[in-house]
Amino acid sequence: MPVLGADMERGTLSRWRVSAGDHVTKGDIIADVDTDKATMEVEVFETGVVERLLVQEGETVPVGTALAVLVSAGETAEAARPAFAPAAEGAAAQSVRVEASPLARRLAAKLGVNLDGVRGSGPRGAVTRGDVEQAASAAGSLTAPAPPPPAPLLAAAVEALPPPATPSATAAAEPPAPVVAAPAPAPASTHGADADRRAAMRRATGALMARSKQQIPHYYLGTHIDLGHALRWMEEANLERSVAQRLIPAALLLKAVGRAARDVPQMNGFWVDDEFRPSDGVHVGVATSLRGGGLIAPAIHDVDQKSLDQLMEDLRDVVERARNGTLRSSQMSDPTITVTNLGDQGVETVFGVIYAPQVALVGFGRVIERPWAENGLLGVRRVVHATLSADHRVSDGHIGGRFLSSISNYLQEPASL
Amino acid sequence: MSESEIRATVLGILTRIAPEADLAALDPDVEWQDQLDLDSMNLLTMMVEIERATGVTVPERDYSKVSTLNSCVAYLMSRSPVAR
Repeated sequence: MPVLGADMERGTLSRWRVSAGDHVTKGDIIADVDTDKATMEVEVFETGVVERLLVQEGETVPVGTALAVLVSAGETAEAARPAFAPAAEGAAAQSVRVEASPLARRLAAKLGVNLDGVRGSGPRGAVTRGDVEQAASAAGSLTAPAPPPPAPLLAAAVEALPPPATPSATAAAEPPAPVVAAPAPAPASTHGADADRRAAMRRATGALMARSKQQIPHYYLGTHIDLGHALRWMEEANLERSVAQRLIPAALLLKAVGRAARDVPQMNGFWVDDEFRPSDGVHVGVATSLRGGGLIAPAIHDVDQKSLDQLMEDLRDVVERARNGTLRSSQMSDPTITVTNLGDQGVETVFGVIYAPQVALVGFGRVIERPWAENGLLGVRRVVHATLSADHRVSDGHIGGRFLSSISNYLQEPASL
Repeated sequence: MSESEIRATVLGILTRIAPEADLAALDPDVEWQDQLDLDSMNLLTMMVEIERATGVTVPERDYSKVSTLNSCVAYLMSRSPVAR
């Protein structure tokens, strides 16, 4: 069960799109997963053949639970690995003790069952005697041992911030980590009706934000940025474009943030295990309000490297998918910094809460016309208030200020974006 | 397209963009961005759909002229090559 957002603790496998024996190619959609926030499409991270499905449709399991076993090309069934790894492969090496009753441990030792590969059904996911017996029974009927699922983001299940997300391409190289204490199963009321989902979403968002505010020493900066050059450039560019190809200001803002994050790496990465781990890629989470309420922040990857046209395409895709409930697992897995843009709602200023384990969030308000003095002359400019919420464990106001200045500088040269 | 057809077309587009909205309660003279909580990406999608359905290209400088249901229908009526 992939981690589809830092606030996700569990997911319901709503539909398999593959069956045992199917050949799959990296990037194929293999399943739909319902979370508290949305239905998302799970992509397979490796090419191979589905050996078996481990989770039934309708089953709710903690993040990190293996969903299926995939046999890669040239690999034997014995070496098969879970067909999907969560986004937090970077944490896969973490060793977390399996929760199991003493009876279950003794029984596991007697029957030769590796508890790391057993998904617990007890309180907080603890492995019970019945789980061990079932695992032993299953092992006897299979040619390959049950694969240990990779480590999940523990989210609220433990008193620690989630580990960082890394590109899923690294998953294959990472040894699977033990199964961990799972959160209690979701109450049935969190599934089904829209009202229940909205309530569940609020709880998930609330839990993540509360944890962020409790654990991350935020500091806040703000600056007004003259968007006159950027918007004039965009409007002129749009005259030459078809309607469908037009740019919107959000694309320019995203690109400027992406490039600034490349310049100031202290803003781009994760706080894990009491240290900052900068990210190689700049993957910007786009805070997107869902129709009917709620918030989700899918990622646009490698923002600093992409053209504005590509960013527009990606932005359209993630926003539509977020609102249609068809986000892909790769879009939810690994944002390294988040942008929230409340300008469309008429808000001038937004000071956001950092999405742990990220270390910075940029907010943009409404573009407004205001008096603007420059070189001793007073004029009227279109201006946006840009804010930064950043983690004091990683940076201070000086570095944060440099980051905001960098965003502003890029926006003064829109043609270079 | 007649005025009623253009109106129905625009409402159909709005329904797809904001499926949860109660369009029966939409005030045709109040900006729909405020009523329907539309963002700039929604508006761009709307302009794409309007062009596809009516053949009218709305330039960016005219966005303010199509910001309510009534003003949008009037704008499209005045420019639609097939309006009648």
